[in-house]
Amino acid sequence: MSELLLPPEHRYAKIIKEKLNEDGSELSVLNLGPTHPATHGIFQNILLMDGERILEAEPTIGYIHRAFEKIAENRPFYQITPLTDRMNYCSSPINNMGWWMTLEKLLNIEVPKRAQYLRVIVMELARITDHLICNSILGVDTGAYTGFLYVFQFREKIYEIYEEICGARLTTNMGRIGGFERDWSPAAFEKLDTFLKDFPAAWKEFENLFERNRIFLDRTVNVGAISAEQAMAYGFTGPNLRAAGVDYDVRVAHPYSSYEDFDFIVPVGKSGDTYDRFCVRNAEIWESLSIIRQALDKMPAGNEYHAQVPDYYLPPKEDVYNSMESLIYHFKIVMGEVPVPVAEIYHPVEGGNGEIGFYLVTDGSRTPYRLHFRRPCFIYYQAYPEMIKGALLSDAIVILSSLNVIAGELDA
Amino acid sequence: MVDNVFIIEKSVVIVIVFAITMIMAMYSTWAERKVAAFLQDRVGPNRAGWGGLLQPLADGMKLFSKEEFFPNTPNKFLFIVGPAIAMSTALMTSAVIPWGDRLHVFGRDVLLQATDINIALLYIFGVLSVGVYGIMIGGWASNNKFSLMGAVRAASQMVSYEIAMGLSMIALLMMTGTMSLKEITIQQSGMNWNVFYQPLSFLIFLICSFAETNRTPFDLAECESELIGGYHTEYSSMKMGFYLFAEYASMFISATIISVLFFGGYNYPGMQYIVEHVGVNIGNLLGIAALFVKICFFIFFYMWVRWTIPRFRYDQLMHLGWRILIPLSIVNIMITGIVILRSEIAVFLGF
Repeated sequence: MSELLLPPEHRYAKIIKEKLNEDGSELSVLNLGPTHPATHGIFQNILLMDGERILEAEPTIGYIHRAFEKIAENRPFYQITPLTDRMNYCSSPINNMGWWMTLEKLLNIEVPKRAQYLRVIVMELARITDHLICNSILGVDTGAYTGFLYVFQFREKIYEIYEEICGARLTTNMGRIGGFERDWSPAAFEKLDTFLKDFPAAWKEFENLFERNRIFLDRTVNVGAISAEQAMAYGFTGPNLRAAGVDYDVRVAHPYSSYEDFDFIVPVGKSGDTYDRFCVRNAEIWESLSIIRQALDKMPAGNEYHAQVPDYYLPPKEDVYNSMESLIYHFKIVMGEVPVPVAEIYHPVEGGNGEIGFYLVTDGSRTPYRLHFRRPCFIYYQAYPEMIKGALLSDAIVILSSLNVIAGELDA
Repeated sequence: MVDNVFIIEKSVVIVIVFAITMIMAMYSTWAERKVAAFLQDRVGPNRAGWGGLLQPLADGMKLFSKEEFFPNTPNKFLFIVGPAIAMSTALMTSAVIPWGDRLHVFGRDVLLQATDINIALLYIFGVLSVGVYGIMIGGWASNNKFSLMGAVRAASQMVSYEIAMGLSMIALLMMTGTMSLKEITIQQSGMNWNVFYQPLSFLIFLICSFAETNRTPFDLAECESELIGGYHTEYSSMKMGFYLFAEYASMFISATIISVLFFGGYNYPGMQYIVEHVGVNIGNLLGIAALFVKICFFIFFYMWVRWTIPRFRYDQLMHLGWRILIPLSIVNIMITGIVILRSEIAVFLGF
């Protein structure tokens, strides 16, 4: 057989051949993924290992790349939300709202206060689900399964609230340009009240299970630490950056959707290790709960749930059949005849695990000329090989889990 | 001269002990799922039979009817031998356990123990040590890096924890002066349970028994979040079932050994009174029940721990074994020695 037909040799094979340990033992290669139960998604890591210690890692991405940015170029603006759902599917409402806010920024639409507060509530609920899953899965990856299932029923409660708001659970596709597609039902508020009543006790119990647990501390303290400078150099945002001690939060730095009306603190860690990330997420859940309470208290009366922008907001169906105006607007919106300015804008929101940014270039047509999603997971994953260098295999799993890298968002 | 009735009697006892071990192991799987469900606010298995009581049978049927998968390994023979060793060693230990005192039936004294040998403790340690071969051979023969890692972890873990376990036993043996489990049980009658005299030894033994049975927080050999399935990643069908079954069988045996060594075996408060005033058989049957209550408690304890705390990392596990448990058990031996020889020491020091 000719040399050309042989598969190319991986560079680790050469390293293994060259470097033989003094005691005669060999280095080995371990394929962590693409399908491994602890990666919680499909990414591959080729690890060069000396026993259990990782010497080098080579990540491969793109296993579930769906070309969202390209698909978005061929879709009208209001049909892009389903794509954002499927990025960070643990907190899809934040992505949805981020996209609508980008469009509102583009079209200069002022959203009524009540709709903004509703958005804040649903975004904070999404943040709670995201952090809840991340932290409880960290527990699972260290071997404590019960906490995960125990708090998971509260994710279910949150999904029931989503259901009341928009009908969907995981991929919510929630909202419209200028607000929501319909007003929240009384049942949604009722479920929200029960959630706010029951969840704190359960979450306190979950925290107690882990925060001072000796084994958990041993597994997470000083594991996967990243300094503030390094984290910023990589472009970390969100809880992972705050755990390293930088108090950057988009909600405070560039307030959107009336976040400036609420009083909350930005929890920061010190060492940027796995334990700090865990604690920052825990603290953020309490802050989110307080924001939701404040929003419910300050909520303006009335039932305004969307801005009066007939050019962009689909009229109710019964009006479409009964009034000429509505029929025209409906036709124009669906056929893409609405005016869109030529612009280039960027709008960041504080997502579940970092700054989700929407960079949008329009050319006046009904579809974006170019749309780029700033996906925090993609950025975290670049730092991952460096973070696990020299760590043990068990640490690699825990670090991946605490970075909250979500395959859907990483590959988009 | 051994008479025929004796052989029949022993055979019956052996069959019963074997059956009980199997049934307990089977229902431990059911109990594990029920306990996990209880701790996690779930329902647990409840479709097969009342309260899911037929679930172990259904699981067994399922495993039997699954495809026998063989990985591409040059060691097909060892691949089969692995689970066989794990299973047989897990079942062998039950032979020396004293399940109860004598029963009077058919005009004979029936000893409720397969065999009462004077080196029972050594026998148990020996058999438990062989158990690691099942895991090592299986993991190595799988020709899979994750399996091999699980096997290596299991081997080093078991070897290190056996030392601490053995040392913790020495302190107990210094006190009891015998290795026969029957004798040890008799010495503990009337609430003189060893746990009150050797609490440190009990703690060390308990921790090591978690390591020996590969249960959380020491389940590094399989830890599904890192090594997928550890040493049994490549196993399917009933070979896989054997490994799982062996784990539950050894959990049952460990719970039994803890109950016998430290919690008085079949002794219970007021046993003497019932044997003298109510009847020998009733008293001793209650003794068996008492032993099983203790065993069930410890099995529950194993599950409780498994579903509560995270697992160690490999180096931390070794640290705990070599740097904490072994020195601690040596200190325990010294303390026990001083307490046993306290009068001699007092004389020596001139008091």
